[in-house]
Amino acid sequence: MQIEVNGETAYAYTGGKPFDAKLPCVVFIHGAQNDHSVWSLQSRWFAHHGYAVLAVDLPGHGRSAGCPLPSIENLADWIELLLEKVGAGDTASNVSLVGHSMGSLTALECASRHPARITRIALIGTAVPMPVSDALLGAAKDKEAKAIGMINTWSHSPRGTIGGNTVPGMWLLGASRRLMERQKPGVLHNDLAACNAYSHGMDAAAALPCPALIVSGSRDMMTHPKAAAKLAAAIKEVRSVSLEGAGHALMAEQPDAVLDALRNFIV
Amino acid sequence: MTYNFDTLALHAGQVPDECYGARATPIYLTTSYVFKDSDQAAALFNMERAGHVYSRISNPTNAVLEERIAALEGGVGAIATASGQAALHLAIATLMGAGSHIVASRSLYGGSHNLLDYTLPRFGITTTFVDPRDLDAWRAAIRPETRLLFGETLGNPGLDVLNIPEVAAIAHQHGLPLMVDSTFTTPWLMRPFDHGADLIFHSATKFLGGHGVAIGGLLVDGGIFDWEASGGKFPTLTEPYEGFHGMDFSEESTIAAFLLRARREGLRDFGACMSPMTAFQLLQGVETLPLRMERHIANTRQAVAHLVKNDAVAGVGYPELENHPDHALAQKLLPRGAGSVFSFTLKSGRAGGRKFIEALRVFSHLANVGDAKSLVIHPASTTHFRMSDDALLASGIQPGTIRLSIGLEDAGDLIEDLNRGLAAAAKA
Repeated sequence: MQIEVNGETAYAYTGGKPFDAKLPCVVFIHGAQNDHSVWSLQSRWFAHHGYAVLAVDLPGHGRSAGCPLPSIENLADWIELLLEKVGAGDTASNVSLVGHSMGSLTALECASRHPARITRIALIGTAVPMPVSDALLGAAKDKEAKAIGMINTWSHSPRGTIGGNTVPGMWLLGASRRLMERQKPGVLHNDLAACNAYSHGMDAAAALPCPALIVSGSRDMMTHPKAAAKLAAAIKEVRSVSLEGAGHALMAEQPDAVLDALRNFIV
Repeated sequence: MTYNFDTLALHAGQVPDECYGARATPIYLTTSYVFKDSDQAAALFNMERAGHVYSRISNPTNAVLEERIAALEGGVGAIATASGQAALHLAIATLMGAGSHIVASRSLYGGSHNLLDYTLPRFGITTTFVDPRDLDAWRAAIRPETRLLFGETLGNPGLDVLNIPEVAAIAHQHGLPLMVDSTFTTPWLMRPFDHGADLIFHSATKFLGGHGVAIGGLLVDGGIFDWEASGGKFPTLTEPYEGFHGMDFSEESTIAAFLLRARREGLRDFGACMSPMTAFQLLQGVETLPLRMERHIANTRQAVAHLVKNDAVAGVGYPELENHPDHALAQKLLPRGAGSVFSFTLKSGRAGGRKFIEALRVFSHLANVGDAKSLVIHPASTTHFRMSDDALLASGIQPGTIRLSIGLEDAGDLIEDLNRGLAAAAKA
């Protein structure tokens, strides 16, 4: 579905069912240089089990128009505006945010800034802070293809790198690379810089007014499980799930385990 | 870390079996799969969870082969089919329907030509054939209803090297994809996605298998072509499909809409799936693809060099030779070699061709290519035997043309066998 936010047309996949604001809502927020399609399996399940689903394309990503937003705070406010536009949480008062990587920071910040609407947050493949190395930032700015290669390599576990995909016939590394290559030039550097600059995440975590789920991959090289554990320790009401053997691309490598963790937390 | 080609050829798509630790890919010879519970069953049917339901749609052994070829080609995924012809049909049937049009190279495998020229028009899909070297002809043949450009990486029978970067650019200027038949080159010699192609298919029966025991095909998606941006040309991929949950495949998957529709509709409804036994046999071949292709090329180069200097031979058509029209293009696109199937022409014509074939002992006289064993055929006395010499010439074949598929035997034995044939031909 398309929604006007800040004068630009935004796109959100609704999981194969029409969006109904009267239902409890689950918002899926993708990571850097990705789009809504990273959530295709999980979002379809929620949409077909009584939830209103918005798997968004963040501004400047995928099918959403406009420029990519330069900070996590901007992204958090954009999510709130989007929810206001569609009326999510107005009546059911039940909005869950599910974010991956950069999307997890967005979910955290959104729940912190807009506590009235957000019921719970699920942070997948997360670390707070989320520093990005100068080498990767530099490559993202000047040699985007190289940066995409670096991220693709670091985002997959040893098993994910060799294959055995849950989705029959799909080659994980190829699919992940092509999805990143689909984004417009400059998006990657914007996203990584936003992650790198987000400095008060631990304060937001400590003051988080809602329950949180943290799902981490034991072989995640982008957001190390130790960082996820540190974040969990800062949150008052938190549940942690570790997916054995998974890398940073958890939704692709272990889609069922991610769905099960989300079901147990949200349903 | 990521792995290189030779490692991927052995490992991509398969981790040791979690039940018993089997190192080789198990053959999942089963039609169907027991659901854990009703919820899981519903989720599998509705694409909320991934997995296997019925082996016409997907199978764990086939999935290993599909992933492996996708990895070797640098694509996003693949679909294993009953044959190379089934892969070609699946691609076309996924992209278009009655009223659509294809622009294809005229230098095609006979089976592909038959499908495009004779069979598909009955279903409302027509094809314009063009000289693959004539870029203006590709451009001129495109119509509003064109939906695909198609050629072979190495054309038949003259080994025309398809100028993939240029033909792909023409296709993309018109919002169309380019599909190539990469059977003769395999990803070891060239990865067409790196040069601009959008879809690839293989007759895996040939070099990918290599052993000549299994018929199969593979359809690979590069995940690069933006179906949404093509201005409504591909409604099968960009509009809701009532036949499958009202799904808009491009919305569902940004980079794999084509594969999704091909599997969920094409395999489901047309049913030209691969047997898991075949997938296993083809995987055995793919494991040694790098080693075999290296040997195929080395032997071919020796055979070509030998034939070029033989007095009984009027000419050899191989793109690595400087007199081949695509020599420069082959140097650029096929630096590892221009395949191991080529033709040469005997001075002694149709009669010489018969004598040549009958004198051979190592080469097998049959209608196939890409086997580990060396193969030979004389079109004027077999596939084209009813045609007059003039008619043969019009189709680019001379009465004395011999097609060889060079195998993995000892090169000296192959040269000796060729000498036997050449001596016999010279006496014809």
